[in-house]
Amino acid sequence: MSDNSPVTKQATGEEAALLPPVDVIEDASGITLYADLAGVPKDKLHLQVEADTLTIEGEIDLEMPEGIEASHSEVSVSRYRRVFTLSKELDATRVGAEFKNGVLKLSIPKAEHAQPRKVEIKVV
Amino acid sequence: MMYRSLFPRDVLAELNRLQREMQQGFHLSPNIRGIARGGFPAMNVGGTPQSVDIYAFAPGVDPATLDVQIEKGVLTVAGERKLEQPGEDATVHIDERFAGRFRRVVTLPDDVDPSAVDAKYRDGVLRISIGRKQSAQPRRITIE
Repeated sequence: MSDNSPVTKQATGEEAALLPPVDVIEDASGITLYADLAGVPKDKLHLQVEADTLTIEGEIDLEMPEGIEASHSEVSVSRYRRVFTLSKELDATRVGAEFKNGVLKLSIPKAEHAQPRKVEIKVV
Repeated sequence: MMYRSLFPRDVLAELNRLQREMQQGFHLSPNIRGIARGGFPAMNVGGTPQSVDIYAFAPGVDPATLDVQIEKGVLTVAGERKLEQPGEDATVHIDERFAGRFRRVVTLPDDVDPSAVDAKYRDGVLRISIGRKQSAQPRRITIE
């Protein structure tokens, strides 16, 4: 059933993960990225910027009754993962993140001086 | 809207979708409404002896616009997802997320109790839990 999943899977060389659908919009101030990560609670969302690589990862955590047996599942993997390469004119040190109702909104401003740095982004 | 592809502009993805639908046509399907994979919201259905649980993955939907109905053994989940519109000077580089009205239908088993429904929206997932009728629940029979 893996090839029928509504969300395409990305081969990462590790465990299977869902590829969340995204919208990427650019305007004069920077780039805004929206990602659909339904079922991921805030504490199980991990964002990381390392060098020029942005990684979005999330673990689905659903409240399920004991002894539930699946009869139909379109979301059969409980992990999302998607990686983007950022271009140099973006300032990865000032990434803003909002996460609400399973939608992640990332605002990546354009840098005045491109300076590569490793940063951990915490979701507020 | 049921079969909307995630990449509507991608010809290969469309061909792939068509191929999948063709293949589904040759397989025995347990449900006359078919299995609308690739639809929004994606759905998982499961059950316990006490309940039937439906999970609809509908991120970023205003819960007030969600409409859940049970009628004649059929559960309908409908609503609308509105996305923020990009400004006039903005460029859209990737456009994969679903926008607009949606509607999905699930056939329920015969033993559910439509009056015992509980629906919650959390982290972008709508969970609908429908109790089964008392008479349908398993009972231990004592052998004398």
